[in-house]
Amino acid sequence: MSFFVAKNIVKNYSNHKALDNVSIDIPKNSIYGLLGPNGAGKTSLIRIITQITAPDAGQLFLKGMPLQTSDMRRIGYLPEERGLYKKMKVGEQAVYLARLKGLSKQDAIKRLKEWFVKFEIEAWWDKKVEELSKGMAQKVQFITTVLHEPELLIFDEPFSGFDPINVELLKSEMLKLREKGTTIIFSTHNMASVEEICTHIALINKSKKIIEGPINQIRERYANDTYKIVLGFQPDFEAAKYIGDEFELISDRVEDSKREIIVQQYRPTPSNTLLSRIIGRADVISFQKIIPGMNDIFIKLVKGGVTEHID
Amino acid sequence: MNNTFTVIAREFTTRVRKKSFLLITIFVPLLIVVFYAFLMWLMFRDDTNERQIVVVNNSTLVNPIDTIGNNIFTYTEDTITEKNAAEYLKNHTEYYAVMWLPENIMNNADVPVYSTSQVPMDLKHSIAEQLKTRIETIKKDSLFESLNIPDIESKLDATKAKVNVRTLIVEETGEVKEGSAEITSVIGMVACIIIFFFVLMYATQVMKGVIEEKENRIIEVLVSSVKPFQFLLGKIIGIAAVGLLQFTIWIVLIMIAVVGIQFVAMPNIDMEALRSTATDLTAMAQVSNIDVDNLKVVQKISQILNPNFVMSFIGVFLFYFLGSYLLYASLFAAIGSAVDNETDSQQFMTPLSIILMVGFYIGFGAMKNPESSLAVWSSIIPFTSPMVMLVRFPFGVPAWELISSMLLLVAAFIFFTWLSARIYRVGILMYGKKTTWKELLKWITYK
Repeated sequence: MSFFVAKNIVKNYSNHKALDNVSIDIPKNSIYGLLGPNGAGKTSLIRIITQITAPDAGQLFLKGMPLQTSDMRRIGYLPEERGLYKKMKVGEQAVYLARLKGLSKQDAIKRLKEWFVKFEIEAWWDKKVEELSKGMAQKVQFITTVLHEPELLIFDEPFSGFDPINVELLKSEMLKLREKGTTIIFSTHNMASVEEICTHIALINKSKKIIEGPINQIRERYANDTYKIVLGFQPDFEAAKYIGDEFELISDRVEDSKREIIVQQYRPTPSNTLLSRIIGRADVISFQKIIPGMNDIFIKLVKGGVTEHID
Repeated sequence: MNNTFTVIAREFTTRVRKKSFLLITIFVPLLIVVFYAFLMWLMFRDDTNERQIVVVNNSTLVNPIDTIGNNIFTYTEDTITEKNAAEYLKNHTEYYAVMWLPENIMNNADVPVYSTSQVPMDLKHSIAEQLKTRIETIKKDSLFESLNIPDIESKLDATKAKVNVRTLIVEETGEVKEGSAEITSVIGMVACIIIFFFVLMYATQVMKGVIEEKENRIIEVLVSSVKPFQFLLGKIIGIAAVGLLQFTIWIVLIMIAVVGIQFVAMPNIDMEALRSTATDLTAMAQVSNIDVDNLKVVQKISQILNPNFVMSFIGVFLFYFLGSYLLYASLFAAIGSAVDNETDSQQFMTPLSIILMVGFYIGFGAMKNPESSLAVWSSIIPFTSPMVMLVRFPFGVPAWELISSMLLLVAAFIFFTWLSARIYRVGILMYGKKTTWKELLKWITYK
């Protein structure tokens, strides 16, 4: 079920096109990774979803209804360019930001106290933000983003500038929020974290969306039929002889009394054919299709300049 | 709208709680009071220094001056010349100054006074005045004697005439009221100065606030909760409230202090009498023979400050006061949004500051000539109109001029606020590049 839909979004700035007919469909309760190189248009798209700017063309729907100003309160946003008032006290500032999201003062204070206890930062309530370290301020920023329990959370490059401990904290909190039913969009360059927590992704390059879908399906699709076969130790096994014309040997190495060969197919052939050619000649310990990492897919798609629409 | 109130509350409370707000609020009136007290002290201090002035009298006048205040004039037979005056004063430290009355003082009264330090202005004037009176009396007496006309003195007195010019304003309704150039111009000028400083201080505060939010990188978080226009509106209103509070405190404090000082310095002024109505005062004057001229001023003040005038002036003042602040504040906000830090704001601020200064100076000029075409036009054109119109208003302004000036100000406020809001919502998200005027215009067209 779609939670948020953007249809045919176009956004022009004076000297370039930031978004060129971009459509995305964010399923309910997903962690939706928005990927793309710098300047691809991710932040432009996020600012349109958060209603900070308006698109030149296109429509936006939240749970099937056209997006409205009042929906701002149902969204929590942690921008890439983020900060706090330096001269204001932490608690007071958090209450202010919460009230702008529609919480009453009492509610805001109550919820904040809970979060402050959870993150073990109760002592900071009356400190000025300028007295905090960067990592401390980031915790406060995270709390103010999720405090009003939004249905849709948007994190733009959440891990940039966070120290590794905070990155782990953030990830685990994101997963917990998802369990509670929150839908999360986040843009990042960190492909490892995408594989770790995203359920869906979209890749944007040069103002266009080039791929979108559940992460497993995309990785599957870009699995270019490469197989890893592990054999029991056979010092003289010449794999190249047996795999056939449809396959090419990529690597062949011996390790710990095992032989590991990697084979790529370059003509469509059932994997059983390959297995049957080897299985009679060697002791097969494992046979496995290699799924490429997001990093490889990202580089391949961006460098390859793929512009086809895959839906 | 709820969010706008939340923003107003934050903008107001964070500023009012600052130490600098407290310091400025207390020290500015304190400085003014100290300055005022110093002036009063200079004017009314008792000159307690007893000074001896030695006079070389070569004239026919017999001891024309005895004392002036604490200055005692001693006549000497010693021969002191202008050449050895310095030496003489050095040897006779009891003397403060030497003065020569020349032989032909009746025809050419050139009176040198040599002293060890600057002779005070009022002493100088008093000496001249007393010598003048003495010389004139002697000349008059000898003239009367030679003419030999009986009772000539009283006859001559009878020829003296007194002219009192009354200025009256004919209103369009045919009503006639008495005017007083001095008082009207002072009222208008004070209003003009207040507007100038308020805009200068608080409209730039709006700009600083906008720059602060951009520098802190908090603005993107804020505009994901509040629409930029609502947020800006809250900021502008919140800061206006800070300014109004500060001005109100200042005016109250200064009034208390000034009245207090006057009581201490001039306890003989009867405040009750000042408060009485003009008719009462005139009647009192006739009975008690108080100087009628002084009472005329009081009478005029109370006529000018009749309730109708006061109410309409306050109304007009509030209108222009708010109008000018809102107009300039929204423009300053647009400037703040377009730059990354305060130093970069100069190029955009200069034209606005110049316009503001021009309005202020034309306002000053309008005090002397409120009907000049420069004053009339600049009191209609927005940007300068608040300052100039308030100077002109007490002198009487045709209704069409006032109405068109007000309508234009409202139109300008709506137009420029719209324009500024469009620049603002784009500008706050632009980091790290220097903005040009051309780009600023392009931003207006963004959706």
